Amino acid sequence: MTGIILSVTAALFFPGIILRVKSRMSGRKGPGIMQPWKNIAVLLRKGSVISNTTSYIFRFAPLVYLSTILCAITLLPFPGILSFWGFDGDFILFAYLLGLGKFFFIIGAMDTGSSFEGMGANREALYSMLVEPAFFILFGTMAMITGHSSMQEIFALFHFSGHNAFIIGIIAIYLLIQVAMIENSRMPVDDPKTHLELTMIHEVMILDHSGFDLALVHIGTNLKFAMYGLLITNIILPAEIPFVLRLGSFLAIQLIFAGLIGLMESFRARKKLGKNPQFILALSSIALVGFILSLLLMNRMIF
Amino acid sequence: MEASLFIAPVLLSFVVFFMPSRIRYYYVLALTILTVAVTSIPACIVLFRPGEPVFMLVAGYKLLTLTFTIDNLTAFFLLVTNFTVLTGMLYSNGYLKSYKDKKGPVQFSLHYFNFIWLHISMLGVLMLHDGLPFLVSWELMAVSSFMLILFEAEKRTTLKTAVNYLVQMHVGLVLLIIAFLLCEAKTGCMSFDALQLYFKDAPNMGIFFLFFAGFAIKAGFIPFHTWLPDAHPAAPSHISGVMSGVMIKMGIYGILRVLTHVQSDLYLIGLIILVISAISGLIGVMMAIVQHDLKKLLAYHSIENIGIIGMGIGLGMMGLGSNNPLLAFLGFSGGILHILNHSLFKSLLFFSGGSVYQACHTRNIEELGGVIHKMPRTAGLFLIGSLAICGLPPLNGFISEVLIYFGFFKGLMEGSVYQSVALLLALVALVVIGGLAIFCFTKAFSIIFLGEPRTEKTRNIHEAKFSMLFPQYIISLMILLIGFFPLLFIQPVMGIIAGQFHIDPAPALISFTQILTKISLMGGLLVIILLVLLVLRKIISKHKIITTGPTWGCGYTAGTGKQQYTATSYANNFSELAAPILRTHTDYGEIQQEEIFPKERSFLTHPFDIFQYWINKVIDFCMLILKKLARLQTGNIQHYILYAFIFMLIIFLLLYLKLL
Repeated sequence: MTGIILSVTAALFFPGIILRVKSRMSGRKGPGIMQPWKNIAVLLRKGSVISNTTSYIFRFAPLVYLSTILCAITLLPFPGILSFWGFDGDFILFAYLLGLGKFFFIIGAMDTGSSFEGMGANREALYSMLVEPAFFILFGTMAMITGHSSMQEIFALFHFSGHNAFIIGIIAIYLLIQVAMIENSRMPVDDPKTHLELTMIHEVMILDHSGFDLALVHIGTNLKFAMYGLLITNIILPAEIPFVLRLGSFLAIQLIFAGLIGLMESFRARKKLGKNPQFILALSSIALVGFILSLLLMNRMIF
Repeated sequence: MEASLFIAPVLLSFVVFFMPSRIRYYYVLALTILTVAVTSIPACIVLFRPGEPVFMLVAGYKLLTLTFTIDNLTAFFLLVTNFTVLTGMLYSNGYLKSYKDKKGPVQFSLHYFNFIWLHISMLGVLMLHDGLPFLVSWELMAVSSFMLILFEAEKRTTLKTAVNYLVQMHVGLVLLIIAFLLCEAKTGCMSFDALQLYFKDAPNMGIFFLFFAGFAIKAGFIPFHTWLPDAHPAAPSHISGVMSGVMIKMGIYGILRVLTHVQSDLYLIGLIILVISAISGLIGVMMAIVQHDLKKLLAYHSIENIGIIGMGIGLGMMGLGSNNPLLAFLGFSGGILHILNHSLFKSLLFFSGGSVYQACHTRNIEELGGVIHKMPRTAGLFLIGSLAICGLPPLNGFISEVLIYFGFFKGLMEGSVYQSVALLLALVALVVIGGLAIFCFTKAFSIIFLGEPRTEKTRNIHEAKFSMLFPQYIISLMILLIGFFPLLFIQPVMGIIAGQFHIDPAPALISFTQILTKISLMGGLLVIILLVLLVLRKIISKHKIITTGPTWGCGYTAGTGKQQYTATSYANNFSELAAPILRTHTDYGEIQQEEIFPKERSFLTHPFDIFQYWINKVIDFCMLILKKLARLQTGNIQHYILYAFIFMLIIFLLLYLKLL
């Protein structure tokens, strides 16, 4: 429960900070921190235009998209607080819940019959397929180091595993940031600010969503960022420090994460779409390196 | 239970030919229900009542004695088979109506007769544990399914496919016969139970892999799968559903049955099965993505799912081999539950896909589109099947996959470094399979059902009849039931494993209960959040103006259905990426420089299965030799007598030289 409340709180200022950092970097003053949410509030109040081509799938998809993200967040623990959900292999459910959301998001886009959205949908399907091994190898590695397989226990024991934690932690944080960027269709893979439909992924898939449905998608995307922020927090924060400090560090980590995304998006160019698969597959190789490294560190490789 | 009840369906099946057309179907249905009831009752007793491990029935006749044995493994497969065959039978009436004008009553009778016999022979395969009766039912199963594939024999490709199928099935049969004979030579008895004796002191590997290869041809493990992608599309949809849903599982049943008797080298056998299965799963799903033929696509997914089942079984064997009961339970129960799950969602997909085929008269998904507007219920059912086959929560596919996943993670943490590496790679394979399945089914579902129609074929279609939808509703209900209440189903499955492999289920059950309870709770939470959001939208958008308009076209709104994404273009970025493994042939003439006014052009891609290519080469070569040998068939009675004489002479000589 703590996780979801904190994530929602973090999600409130997350997109605003990214925007603010990006505007500052490009020499503008930028909108207020709450501007993205004000936009969502406007959308919620608006009516909508629905394409003639679409069916019930189109109306249903954003609902599923948001609910799966909400469910996935409830699964995540917060350092030092016993979660109701913690069970062996919960991260599998976590990944597959997000997969369910993606499935509906993709068919929702395909429902419009637009070629633009077809492009976005099939890129989304390919990239999310390619990024998944990295996530699972990472969790396999952490499960192996700690000897446990629920997220709560993995994160709690991870900090006690000596220099393993340090090295694997760095790899894990790097991977999670990249995974978050890809899953949210952000910078090196996709540029949310591009205005050419041919080169977009996420934005092109919501071309026909409007009003309430569009608001749901935006809320979902914002929550997804905070969700990955919470995952990273879990890796960084040990459970022993006092609660207030943990709370403060959580907010600080989210702040830094948002700022980092803003900086990355300001100074990094989007990759050529054709090069994206290689980039994403490289993440899996990094995860594999982490796995082999941990085998070495645990003295399990005997020569 | 009377033995005659088991024999009754066999005799009653011949009456089909004398039934008038009007009541033929109802007679067949009643007969199927009778068969289902007769076998399901003892199966249920064995499976759900503890303390009743085996049900046995000896039917003795003058010439032969048949022993029907139902232990819990058989019972599980019996129930799965009965369910799928019954739903297939319910579906078949509506589906076959469209053939009324093309086919005569004899063909219908023959079709139903073979359908009954496919059912009976599958039950026989499961219940008969003695070698010879087992092999006879195995053969009957191949022959009856061969006849069923031949329903549209007027198509040349169907004929060729069916013959190819028959040939491959017999290669499998020969392997099984050899394996059984080896067993008999050593133990003097030809049955599965004699294997227990055989494995006690003989080397496992050789005979096990003979059995494995024989059963793998039926199950469709790569590289033995080559009959499958052709045979499923050639058969009518209800037959494809039954074939893919349960008939290929008979191969898995055989493998499991042999595995229960293997006593050493468990770990190595498990590892080998795991590797073969992972490869089957990966290649199956990759090949599925590039298909345009809906039923071929589903057929390749059968290979993928057989791979997943095999990964579970392989993991279970590794668990047994390394004395890790939890690992064994995770692997086997994931694999065995996936057998049930796959039979459900695959038959659902074949049935709903069959309804689309019947309405649109094409299996090429490139010609479809926008079918959801005309067939909303069929689309919904196909969607449920798609979500389930992708292993997405809260449906049934997820339950079995999560057990296998969890097994991989558990196995990673323990055992040698090689085990960790092997299981990590298997894990990656399963993850990739899952991701590719999502890729494939978002493609299939959206190209068939969503968007605008691509051709005229979808113009004048209407929703399938209730008689065809009804069995699909039942299957969907089962899918949801397993997804939301997995514990109900996992307990009998664990009972099977505990009984067959003699391991204590108690410690694993605690772990399973914890995981599966949380998963079903999460399913409930998901539904609740979904409903809350739905109500919220209803309330908020009550007074809002909701208008409709054309899809946003970037300023260009005169597009036609043909400009939409097609299956080929959707799969394009993947097939480019996988080009080193997947080969597709493209038919497209580039526009030449001297062509000032380019003519109409077409772009066609043909997926290419390298295994099929090579196996077909072998089969073609054999055909060539057989054709040459056909010269012996002169039609002259004198020649035939000569052959018989030569044969006797050889036998005599061999006996004389003490070679026989």
